[in-house]
Parts: sequence; C-alpha cells; structure tokens
Amino acid sequence: MKNAVNRNIPDELLRDGYEVFQGSAYRNGDSYQKAAPQARLRTNRQDSKVLPSIRAAIEAVGFRDGMTVSFHHHFREGDYVVNMVMKELVDMGFKDITIAASSLGQAHDPVAEYIERGIVTGIQTSGIRGKMGEVVSQGKLKTPAILRSHGGRVRAIEEGEVHIDVAFIGAPTSDVMGNARGKGGKSDCGVLGYSEVDARYADHVVVITDCLVDFPNFPPSIQATYVDHVVVVDEIGNPEKIASSAARFSTDPRDLLMAEYCAKVIEATPYFKDGFSFQTGAGGPSLAANRFLEPILVKHGYKLSWIIGGITAPAVDLLNKGLVDAVIDTQDFDIAAVESVHTHPRHYEMSTSQYASPSNKSAFVNKLDYVILAALEVDVDFNVNVITGSDGVLRGAPGGHPDTAAGAKCCIIVTPLVRGRMATICEEVVTVTTPGECVDVVVTDYGIAVNPNRPDLLEALQKTKLPLKTIEQLKEEAYAIVGRPDPLPFKDRVVAIMEARDGTILDVVRQIDTPV
Amino acid sequence: MSAQKRLKRLRRSMMFLSAQRPGLIKDAYIYRPDSLIFDLEDAVAENQKDAARFSLYHALTTVDYRGVERLVRINGVAVAAGADGIRIAKCETAHDVHTVVEHIERAEAEFGRPAGSTLVMGALESPLGILNAYEICLASPERMIGVAISGGDYRKAMQTRYYPGGLEMLGGRSNMLIAARAAGVQCFDTVFTDLDDIEGFRQETQMIKQMGFDGKSLISPKQIAIVHEIFSPTPKEIRDAEKIVRAWRENQAKGVGVFQVDGKMIDIAFIPGAERVIELARASGLYEGEL
Repeated sequence: MKNAVNRNIPDELLRDGYEVFQGSAYRNGDSYQKAAPQARLRTNRQDSKVLPSIRAAIEAVGFRDGMTVSFHHHFREGDYVVNMVMKELVDMGFKDITIAASSLGQAHDPVAEYIERGIVTGIQTSGIRGKMGEVVSQGKLKTPAILRSHGGRVRAIEEGEVHIDVAFIGAPTSDVMGNARGKGGKSDCGVLGYSEVDARYADHVVVITDCLVDFPNFPPSIQATYVDHVVVVDEIGNPEKIASSAARFSTDPRDLLMAEYCAKVIEATPYFKDGFSFQTGAGGPSLAANRFLEPILVKHGYKLSWIIGGITAPAVDLLNKGLVDAVIDTQDFDIAAVESVHTHPRHYEMSTSQYASPSNKSAFVNKLDYVILAALEVDVDFNVNVITGSDGVLRGAPGGHPDTAAGAKCCIIVTPLVRGRMATICEEVVTVTTPGECVDVVVTDYGIAVNPNRPDLLEALQKTKLPLKTIEQLKEEAYAIVGRPDPLPFKDRVVAIMEARDGTILDVVRQIDTPV
Repeated sequence: MSAQKRLKRLRRSMMFLSAQRPGLIKDAYIYRPDSLIFDLEDAVAENQKDAARFSLYHALTTVDYRGVERLVRINGVAVAAGADGIRIAKCETAHDVHTVVEHIERAEAEFGRPAGSTLVMGALESPLGILNAYEICLASPERMIGVAISGGDYRKAMQTRYYPGGLEMLGGRSNMLIAARAAGVQCFDTVFTDLDDIEGFRQETQMIKQMGFDGKSLISPKQIAIVHEIFSPTPKEIRDAEKIVRAWRENQAKGVGVFQVDGKMIDIAFIPGAERVIELARASGLYEGEL
C-alpha cells in the first residue's frame, strides 16, 4: 500500500495497529492510554542498591530469554555500557534479546556478531551504523529493525509499542540509591535526557556508573525513585570519544558558503525577529551557520530566546555573549557544552520527551522557529534521507531530524549538491526519514530551493540576492555533474521499518543484494 | 564577448587555486570570483606536476565554469588546453611574453582553438619585471590582459618582508600601475596571505582600490566577498554615472560634445569611468537598469 510520501509499504506489515504514514498531522489530537511499568513497593529500610557486578544485576532483575533491554547514547562513540551488558547477557546464555536504544553507533560493532548468531533478534533505535548496519542490511536480524526519531522513541514507549524490561543506564555519577547525573565523574557527558523515559517506563532500571558519589547526588537527571539497582564498574566509556575536545568548526570554504546562505535565509524570512528560537545539527555547515548568525544578530540588535538540541560550543558561545537567553539541552557534543551545563545558570537539561515527543502536550520542537539540518539525500519532493547510504546500507540516524522538521516554522536543510560521485539532490531518496512536507528550504553550494508549499518563504527570499533555484534545477545540475545513479539492487525482504514520529510507517529499508 | 571586452572584462577578484586539488578545481565557480587562476606553478609539488596538468586538462575541457574566467599560472613556459588565458609567472621582459605567445599560437593551431583566443597576463615578481612593466604591458596588444605584482618574491628581491600598511610595496605597486595605465591594460595587486587577518586584508584592498588597481589576486573564497564589497560603487556614484552615460548618449545623437550634468561640465573623457562604475555596479548586483 502506498503511503503519503508515495512509498510502497508491504501489506503484511500493516497489522497490530500499524498504519501507513498519512501526513504529519494525521494523528494530531489522538488520545491514548499511557503504558505503565511493573513497579514494586519498598516499605523497608534501605541502605544501598549497589550490586557487585553487571551479572549480579542481571540475575537480580530475573532476566529471561525474549526480554527487551534499553540503553542511551549520551556516550556516543565512547560508550562501553552496551557492549559490557550485551557480553554478559550472551555469556550467561540468554537469547532472543531485543535492544531498544536511543541510538547505536560504531562503538557497538560487537553486537553485530550477536545478531549473526541469532542471539539479538530485535533492534529498535534511532541510529544504526558500522557493522551492525551492515549485518542488518544483509538481512541477518531475525525481525525488521525499527528506526525511530528521538521523539518517536519516547512516543513508542509511552504508547506501549515498545515495552522495556530492563533499562541499563550508564551514568557519569550516581549515589548508592541510584540518583544519577550526567555531570561529573570521569565519563562526564553533561546530561542524561535520553534515559528519562527509560527510567519512567522500564520494569527494571539498573544504573551503571564508574563514579559513585555521596548520597544524595542532587539534582539528579535520573531519580532514585525509578532505580532498582546500581552497579559500579571501572569505566563506562572513553572520555575522549564522549565529548570532543574542540568543536569542529569547519574551515572548508564550501561549508562556509552554505552556512552563510543559511544565515541569510534566516535573516530574510518572517520569523527572524527579536527573541526567535533556533536549533542546528552538529554537521559542518549547520554548525558553521552559528558563526554567520552572530553578526546578523548584532546587526539587527536581536537576541535569541532559546536554543535547543544537541549542544555544541557555538551555542555556548552565543549564551556567554548574551546573544541567547537560554540553552535547553538534550545532549552534549563537546567539552564546551558539558562544562557550560555544569556552570551556566541559563543552560538547562531537559528530557527527550520534553524536547521532541509527539505524545506529550508541549514538546519544545513544536515551538521552534528555525532548525538547520543536514541530509544524505533530498529528493524533488523534498523528502530527506539520513539513514541509508548511497549503497542502500543502513549507516545513519534520524535523531531529532523528523521531530524538529515537523515542529519548526522554518526547516532548512543544508547539504552540498554532490558528495564525491553521488548526487545529494536526487529524483527519489533511498529511504524517506523526514517527509518533504516538513522541509521548507534546501540550501546547497549551488543554490537554494524553496518548497513550493511555502510560497510565503519564496516571496521573502525573492527579495534577496540569494541564488534561488527550483529543486528540479538543482537535481538536474547534480546529475549533469555526476550522472544518474543506477537503481540499487534491493531484495524484497524488509530489514528495517522507518517509523514516522507518530508511529505510522514512513518507509521500509530492504535487504541489499550486493555483498557489503 | 568581443576581443576588446574580453581583454577589459571585470577582474576584481582573481582567485588562485592549486591545480593539484581536484576537489577545489572542479567547481570553484560556486564562490563567484571574477577570475580563477589554476596554479600549476608554486602550489603544485614538483612530483605532482603531471597529475595536476592531467586534472586541469580534464577540468578545463569538461567543466562549465559558468562565465567565470579561467586563467592558468604556468611553470616558466607551458601550454594549457581550453583556458581563457595564461598567467606568466616571473615575467621580466617583453621577450618572456613573446616566448609564451609563440607557444600559445602553436597550441591554438594544434588543438583547433581560435587564433588569438588565449589571453595572457604577466606576473611581475622581481625589480626587473617592475622596471620593464611598460614593455611587458605592450608586448602583445591582442592578448595582454595586464600585469599583476607578486608580493612574495618581489619583497624578497627587495630585501624586505610584509609590513602592515604595505609601505615596502609602494614603489613596485605604483610603478607597475603607472606602466599599466600608460599602456592601457589592467593591473592587479598581490595576494594577502594571512587568512585570519580579515581587517588587514580589508585595509589593503581599500588601499589598492584607492590607488587605482582593477582587482586583487586571492587565495581563499572567503576573501572574495570583501573585495567585491570594497569595489562596489556607492549609490550616489551609480546615480551620477547613469546620468552621465544617458546624457552623453542623448547629446551625442544631437551632435553635442560638451554638456552639463548637475552643474558639472562633462565630455568624452568622463565616459569610460562612468561606464566602468555601471559595470561594477551591475556585477555587484547593485544596478539592474538598462544601460
């Protein structure tokens, strides 16, 4: 059955309440009964929840075959927790395990082997990369992986689509009762917003830390009221890979050209006024847009009211210069962000639910004025792909992309027209991860295209000297340079389902026919 | 574009880029400089010259540079296919120009390019080049774009170095500029190498514009917008130039050679300057009139 972004969704997937994507506003106003975790009474005195090992925690929660475990990705490519826990589960002989992580990366390559051995049979995540992406694309995971945006993950948990049996929450600091913080310790990641929903909805919550601190570890990101056990290990991650030492400010003239275009688009569009709100991705040109935004703010005498999202040094810089009132933080990408959330009184932590979930009553993204996002591909219907590479293999993450695009008044995608020998602006993206109806402006090094469903933005931009083109013109220019790609050799088997943030099926990823 | 127009086209920004870097040369027109100078000389490692020539050949013969002029800085003397012109490095005499032109003539015949279509410009890098600037400027009236001073080598030969303010370059710049203007060709300033010193670059560009240069050699796309901004005429300059050109055309039709615009006497001597202001204004996106 074709969905609203013209993707063919196999009928056999449309069961258990699964529907095809019918537009971003399709479920707006729907009511639902929130799922609930199994909980336990504690009436007795308690001194400590600390257990001697991960194995002891697995035993204490009564782990069984077929259970779902969850993790967060605040430690990014420096994470040790997923691999430690999975190795223990595998060594203990458990099987038929589903991993429901906020995201997974190359740090988790060892999990690919558990997929190939049939031990891990389900993956629910935002990002999937490295060896895991390859084996899933080769059809080696027993069930289709389910890919969700950050907000979509919270919704799926709250609506009971995914039930977490045990949440393993890596925490830079914790006290003996499980009050856990992203701040402090040797594996400092700043915030723990992705795990907040896991703590509230998992039947069992295990905090894993490498820095036990005095009780009470306040104010906590994860409250001890949700935590069953605490495990202290030597290392939960590699600090160098958790937060990069310096923000990678691109010096590539192409990135800077596109960044400057982005800032000029913002300056020329109607939501640019004193007190607007803003988010950027952490990619080269998106990040560099911050640099061009600053002089424009100063020129007009404007201040931002708030910045949200994954936070990097440029946002911190704007905060320190008084050019933004508040930074509300779901994840920290560099040391500047980690340090700022510790020290700056107007730099706050928030949960992913509050950031981006469509299943609560006021996510921040819904009030966002501008977001600047990257893309692997954009097609002539403005659909964006950030999950599959040009070879059709899973190697990306929707993250907050679909959430912010849907919520922001002006969603700007920034991408070079071609990458190597691949056209970025194309006829049809390999996988739709963000529907074109949510994408307003596409900025490339060759010109800027405005979605025809935004004539107001087009009219505003026509008053500037920016190089405006149609998306078809950009596509033709790209193909004139690199040629038209052959269709990818997919088999019929669905290896991953790309869920829209409302839980409908936006697209499917099929098994790749060539050896990876 | 007529031969004269090609010779005299706008060249505010002439950006160098190493022909050794395919990722740079394949589409540097996106930064919209007036001219690109593909460097086969100093920017290319000695053992990479063949690879650079190969890449550049294919870039020049296959890529549409969308109206951006394509010049090639050559090693001593060499031949390029499909370039709009050749920048002659270390040019010291008219003879250097003649030698390159002879090679170009043979290459144009060999590769079926229109005779006389490849332009040349001289890079003056030594005191001798500066002293011979006038004969160099006159060495090939059909092909000569003009001359550019090359500050790095020139400063070394003069036993000095870069100083903010550029007093050490005053003699070279002035002499070359006077020679170029006397010969009726264009004149370009040297590169500014400190990419982080935006204010220094801005001041130097303002200075060379005030001196009368046509443009400046650049080494980074981020310098382009600053040059174009500084070379942009003011709204008043554009209005005055437009009035002068219009009045000239009307009076010429009536057979009048001297007339007044806003109380000032105008004759044919004012026209090239006014036309140049209009051209600059159009290139800067500040003028969309019909002149």
